Amino acid sequence: MNKDIIIKVCTGTGGVATGGKEVLSSFKNALSSAAMEAAFYEKCSIHKVGCRGFCAKDVLVDIIINGEKTTYKYIKPDMVERIVNEHIMMGNPVKEWIVGDEFYNFHGKQTKVVLSNCGVIDPEDINAYIAVGGYEATRKVFTSMSPEETIGVIKNSGLRGRGGAGFPTGLKWEICRRKQSEQKYIICNADEGDPGAFMDRSVIEGNPHSVIEGMIIGAYAIGADKGYVYIRAEYPLAVDRLKKVLDQAKQHGFIGNNILGTEFNFDVKIKLGAGAFVCGEETALIASIEGKRGMPRARPPFPVESGLWGGPTVINNVETLANVPYIITRGAAWFSSFGTEKSKGTKVFALTGKVKNTGLIEVPLGITLREIIYDIGGGIEGDRTFKAVQTGGPSGGCIPAKFLDLEVDYESLAQVGSIMGSGGMVALDETDCMVNTAKFFLEFTQAESCGKCTPCRVGTKRMLEILDRITSGKGREGDIELLEELGQDVKTSSLCGLGMTAPNPVLSTIRYFRDEYEAHIKDKKCPAAVCKDLIIYSILKELCTGCGVCKRECPAGAITGRRKKIHKIAPELCVKCGTCFDVCKFKAISKA
Amino acid sequence: MEEVLERILTDYRNNEGNIITILQDLEETFGYIPEEAVNWFSKRLDIPVSRFYGIATFYAQFHLRPRGENVITVCRGTACHVKGSERLINRLLIELDIPLDKNTTDDLKFTVEKVNCVGACGIAPVIIMNKKVRGKMTLDKLMRDMKRLRAGE
Repeated sequence: MNKDIIIKVCTGTGGVATGGKEVLSSFKNALSSAAMEAAFYEKCSIHKVGCRGFCAKDVLVDIIINGEKTTYKYIKPDMVERIVNEHIMMGNPVKEWIVGDEFYNFHGKQTKVVLSNCGVIDPEDINAYIAVGGYEATRKVFTSMSPEETIGVIKNSGLRGRGGAGFPTGLKWEICRRKQSEQKYIICNADEGDPGAFMDRSVIEGNPHSVIEGMIIGAYAIGADKGYVYIRAEYPLAVDRLKKVLDQAKQHGFIGNNILGTEFNFDVKIKLGAGAFVCGEETALIASIEGKRGMPRARPPFPVESGLWGGPTVINNVETLANVPYIITRGAAWFSSFGTEKSKGTKVFALTGKVKNTGLIEVPLGITLREIIYDIGGGIEGDRTFKAVQTGGPSGGCIPAKFLDLEVDYESLAQVGSIMGSGGMVALDETDCMVNTAKFFLEFTQAESCGKCTPCRVGTKRMLEILDRITSGKGREGDIELLEELGQDVKTSSLCGLGMTAPNPVLSTIRYFRDEYEAHIKDKKCPAAVCKDLIIYSILKELCTGCGVCKRECPAGAITGRRKKIHKIAPELCVKCGTCFDVCKFKAISKA
Repeated sequence: MEEVLERILTDYRNNEGNIITILQDLEETFGYIPEEAVNWFSKRLDIPVSRFYGIATFYAQFHLRPRGENVITVCRGTACHVKGSERLINRLLIELDIPLDKNTTDDLKFTVEKVNCVGACGIAPVIIMNKKVRGKMTLDKLMRDMKRLRAGE
């Protein structure tokens, strides 16, 4: 009996949070007992892998026996023994734990380039990356391509910046290449600050070497010998993996002096962000690396002309860089065969919110929103009605259900008042209030505004005040028009991208959901029953069984009632936390 | 304290550091930025205190006051928001009796903080309890975890 048994356990942030490490060690323990070791030691290998996208079903475990793969979902440490006993020893998979159709539907419409090895290889092992073709692209450019040829390939591929703005990557490199300077820099922007987005974190956690390889190739192309990865400190696992793989790349001679026997030197340092959203803006990011307050400055000069410490600097997003090695090895034509006329390739999205299958997805540009929400996402949880999808985070907008058949690319999303952004996609359903959603984003941008330019500093504050009064039932006639006017002004007169896009969530929700704003202002009602000041909790007499659960759980002591008798909520004590609504098994709490 | 500060200073000199890295080291060591430490660095490096505070107050990572023994961070990302993270925070503040303008209990046992997004949106809503990420949080689960924290487990 000659078996090859491979066990892969997800240890991305989602996997670790749901117990991935414990599952991993349970497998190690189960397989290290004496009898098991004798039978399986030679043939069995256990790997930790990065994010495989389908975080909703974590911990995901693959068991591959002789090339035949079985994927399990929701695995807990105490389930490991049975998998080992029945599946690994006896060859009978534990049927009831295997992923269902949703797993295959989730992956069916995806095209994986950047994520092709995420969740497949051990992210902390350079040999695993090399085994799947890693660092071949580096060898190729260093041995057979000039920097200009390298730039040419990236230009022809049509790759555009995946951080949001969509600037052609090849062109950016070319401008920097032409600039004469002693010292140039390449920076990987991993300051993924958009709430609701985790593409870059997952790529770094799942295949960090691909990002480093992209940086090496970029550095060679533009002629930079120093690189920085600017990464959020909120991503401890990603930071840890980056540090490990940088050391490995150094040991293998891909980073350091005289790379692959050439004259070329390149060194990479990691800089931790300190928690400021605006630092994702390139000039602010540079200021932050230099150790200053991360405030943007006026452009031009652009960083490609004068960036870090005055040197020409290319700043590329994580996903952009992770695409580079694949484009170099497989060619520009291969890459541009995916996508639409102006937006080539694939894009990674973080699909979250009210869809059934939340997780990380990679799709060819040009796919429709319907395919993403319904085919990949499996539709809306609890079969409620889909209302809108929020793309682009606080810089983007809400796209309503009527545009479900829109093809997703940089231009089409801009046309409907949103942006591609870095790839956050949050699905909203009928229980989400659009005014509250707009307020949520504005609270964020207002708090994150660096305060340098007046339109953004004061404008976002005033807009938030108006939204605050609308959602608390004090909205006035004319508030909507005022928001629109103010929003336009902030957009046109702010210094950097943060201010220029901050009004988008407000403007797009007014554009498509004006009736909800009007309901808040005129009728003092929140149609989705979300805005606290506009809803009242009460107990429905006909459904209350007097079980007393709500009374026990109410943190404010606002519920009274004798056992088996109808209970009552005292409105003056109620803090509207919604606990009673959640705990009542009889749906006897009404919220209106 | 002096010894620790000297070590941070040496690190700073050896690794072409900057004010941010000093503050990050202080935060890591003390859990906040002590005023005496800032004054010490200001003197040693001949950099005005205002430069340190300009940066410390700019970035969310730095805290000017001591934090609680247990730090509970509630993610306020979009996905967590639509899945009810606001209610989790409100419940925590009520439960721990923390006034709205503060985030730490008077006995310095608990700090409740918000973070913009930890990027674990697939398992929203997310709460981080003493650096451990806990996903798909419900009021029920949260209260059980709090009980355990209080019991010192």
